[in-house]
Amino acid sequence: MEIQTFEHDVLVIGAGGAGMRAAIEAADAGCSVGLVCKSLLGKAHTVMAEGGIAAALGNVDDRDGWKTHFADTMRGGQYVNNSRMAELHAKEAPERVRELEQWGAVFDRTKDGKILQRNFGGHRYPRLAHVGDRTGLEIIRTLQDHSVHKSQVAVYMECCITKLLKDGERVVGALGYYREKGRFVLFKAKAVIIATGGLGKAFEITSNSWEYTGDGYSLAYHAGAELLDMEFIQFHPTGMVWPPSVRGILVTEGVRGEGGVLRNKDGKRFMFDDIPENYRNQTAKDIEEGWRYTQGDKHAMRPPELLTRDHVARCINREVKAGRGSPHGGVYLDISWIKERIPNAREYIKKKLPSMYHQFMELGGIDITTEAMEVGPTTHYTMGGIRVDGDTQMSNVPGLFAAGESAAGLHGANRLGGNSLSDLLVFGKRAGEYAAKYAQQQQPGWIDEAEVKASMDWALHFMDAPKGDENPYKLQQDLQKSMQALVGIVRKEDEMLTALEKIKGYNERALKVAAPANREYNPGWHTCMDLSNLLTVSEALTRCAIERKESRGAQFRDDFPEKSKEFGEVNMIIKKAPDGAMQLRREPIKPLTDELQGVIKEIG
Amino acid sequence: MSSIGSAAAATRTFKVWRGERGTGEFKSFTAEISPGMVVLDAIHQIQATQAPDLACRWNCKAGKCGSCSAEVNGKPRLMCLTRMESLPDGDVTVTPMKSFPSIKDLVTDVSWNYEQNKKITPFTPAKRGAAGVAADGTFRMQQVDVERSQEFRKCIECFLCQDTCHVIRDHDKKEVFSGPRFFVRAASLEMHPVDTADREPFLKHTGGIGFCNITKCCTEVCPEHIKITDNAIIPLKERVADRYYDPVVMLWRWMFKKKG
Ligand SMILES: Cc1cc2nc3c(=O)[nH]c(=O)nc-3n(C[C@H](O)[C@H](O)[C@H](O)COP(=O)(O)OP(=O)(O)OC[C@H]3O[C@@H](n4cnc5c(N)ncnc54)[C@H](O)[C@@H]3O)c2cc1C
Ligand code: SF4
Ligand code: SF4
Ligand code: FES
Repeated sequence: MEIQTFEHDVLVIGAGGAGMRAAIEAADAGCSVGLVCKSLLGKAHTVMAEGGIAAALGNVDDRDGWKTHFADTMRGGQYVNNSRMAELHAKEAPERVRELEQWGAVFDRTKDGKILQRNFGGHRYPRLAHVGDRTGLEIIRTLQDHSVHKSQVAVYMECCITKLLKDGERVVGALGYYREKGRFVLFKAKAVIIATGGLGKAFEITSNSWEYTGDGYSLAYHAGAELLDMEFIQFHPTGMVWPPSVRGILVTEGVRGEGGVLRNKDGKRFMFDDIPENYRNQTAKDIEEGWRYTQGDKHAMRPPELLTRDHVARCINREVKAGRGSPHGGVYLDISWIKERIPNAREYIKKKLPSMYHQFMELGGIDITTEAMEVGPTTHYTMGGIRVDGDTQMSNVPGLFAAGESAAGLHGANRLGGNSLSDLLVFGKRAGEYAAKYAQQQQPGWIDEAEVKASMDWALHFMDAPKGDENPYKLQQDLQKSMQALVGIVRKEDEMLTALEKIKGYNERALKVAAPANREYNPGWHTCMDLSNLLTVSEALTRCAIERKESRGAQFRDDFPEKSKEFGEVNMIIKKAPDGAMQLRREPIKPLTDELQGVIKEIG
Repeated sequence: MSSIGSAAAATRTFKVWRGERGTGEFKSFTAEISPGMVVLDAIHQIQATQAPDLACRWNCKAGKCGSCSAEVNGKPRLMCLTRMESLPDGDVTVTPMKSFPSIKDLVTDVSWNYEQNKKITPFTPAKRGAAGVAADGTFRMQQVDVERSQEFRKCIECFLCQDTCHVIRDHDKKEVFSGPRFFVRAASLEMHPVDTADREPFLKHTGGIGFCNITKCCTEVCPEHIKITDNAIIPLKERVADRYYDPVVMLWRWMFKKKG
């Protein structure tokens, strides 16, 4: 068998924040590391993150600490989170942020020269370390520049993994292809870390790029790993809605953190009308108090625009459906109004939100310092994902680890803004550390050549011997439309059952997709292969969403609009049955330890 | 008011360079134009409906990742930020970046750039207790003091400046010249308040900053509006000139009476 082969102790699939942080850790532990990514290095989703990274540094408000961060994360996640992960995350995030600074990240500063922190939805205190609104770029570049000097890390760019390889129960490698030449490549590894990010491309309107086809979930699932709570997909309340070509592109929550407000077409700040009970005593009573909060008044409560994303997204959806939306089917997000309150508002906005200023200027022809933006919900983040052990990030499959957006547990039913970047660092590091430990105890595994060959044949048949002439792009669009319409922000049993039927049909069509026969940098061919991942994850998330007959966090069921105690005590778990069918079971959530229970009581 | 909505014709002709490893030709495609559309949308439309194997890079579609660099009507641009309304009437040509080896269609081999980064001494912070470093090791830096470095750290590595610079584009001095992107990178480190490393030997020898004759073409194409020449290259050249002779700096100093 002629195939280029590389051998590493640890193979990291994905070079976003989680993957790079994992690679650095495993290399520092003395392992040889392969780092694989579908795009060029430094272009992963992490680069797009805007608002900031959450860590209870307490630089702006010294009342903050890990306990409050933990309690906020659990409340935001509606208590179906993995509490061990929420605890570790809250405790370790500050150290990970400080470490980034030691590696060269240049965060914005407080007056006394420390790392500045800003307000964000669901965080009780100003907690997000940031660099204007390009925090992700700062993080990815810092990790990239830190890792390029490590000789133990070999980077394989524009290389897509299509299959995990197992020796018995254990994962021992992966098969992929280079996008450039279309040649296959085999990686042998003693441990594999999945850090492939999310699945936003299953939906029509999304802030996510072509990369987010749910590869990691699908790879892990087919290797026997369990997927957890796939129904929890975050619809970010503020995506661009106009012009059509930019629909879905993110408008950072930082706009609201800096004083931006949401209004309907009548000019009303509708968020004040619907404040959930469990946030009532943390929310401003009136416009004045909300404004004071954004300006750092420690006695003020946050404005309702900074309630959790699930809630804000639903409120916007309601305004639009009730006919109170903006001309292009959104609502107004206005930061320009702050000129009534502060001098130099224009300069302030450009300084604090430079990339938003640019984005609207260049893509929408709108000057956000003088006009309101039009915004609406966009598919943004996958809370669910590969089920991992909270401490080690290992899945139920020996040797297979996951971190970042591809792993699940930390965020429960809804992620707080800023908690992803910190997640990447905290659990990227842990995954790297424990994968290295695991790898150091293993012998190289045996690679099943027949399996590799079958997998390569499958990949090539889309060009060499297609079973039909379906257009893969068209099929992807059809799937996205169905998921958006039937499994979107507001869900109903009958619609989701229709979605399952449709997915079945799409699966059949997916067998017949074809691409021009040219292995060199052929996106049509790549899309044929991505489809199978997209369909797997679409089915998984739809099944979970049907099974969870309640509304909680990001999952809103029109037919079960309330939270239920029964479902508040379980996670949904997807696993591939021996016969290849997709199996779903409910699993009781581990109760909080007494200590953590105490923390929640104490913080409230 | 926004110009959106006043979009011109409903279709446009795109002449897209198609080929592999340097050999190829222009192919014409017609794309439907909708309000606010950018060139990258047209390329995607062509891919989805007419040429499924048309190769291009993209990720964010919002000017944040620096993947979609190409030349539109001969000018280095991010395709995702090039609005159709901003282009003159007539056919639109889309070609790959000229300064890098062609792979296929609009995709070029930019690996040389990644090699340059490795040559730059990484961030090397001062020790605890030194100026700017507190006893616990965390930094104390004023916002005004980090702003210069932050300007350079806005770089999204689109490599359009590299594509434009005549030292690379016309003279192909890739062996001895790292290019504006990496002067920006070096400057971000050199101007970091607590960095202590010395990158002047890199700039002078490996990076070849002396080849730059401050034409400012790089600054003009930078989508992040980094003042590459004025804020990064010239100050670095100044530093290098204090240690090594650089005729361009000498001339520049003479012209602007900035005796060093
Ligand atoms: C516009 C936007 C703004 C955001 N703002 C914030 C914010 O302010 N704060 C915050 O905390 N979070 C934010 N988020 C969320 C956060 O950025 C992401 O959740 C996070 O960056 C994901 O990081 P990751 O390391 O898990 O994956 P990514 O950074 O997405 O990296 C995934 C990697 O996996 C690779 N990959 C995928 N599939 C394969 C395969 N089959 N083979 C090989 N490689 C593969 C990709 O090429 C890529 O390198 C934002 C997200 C978006 C889209
Ligand atoms: S200013 Fe220097 S680096 Fe920039 S394009 Fe001109 S010669 Fe090249
Ligand atoms: S300096 Fe500007 S033009 Fe050059 S790579 Fe960076 S962002 Fe692109
Ligand atoms: S796609 Fe990211 S810069 Fe154009």
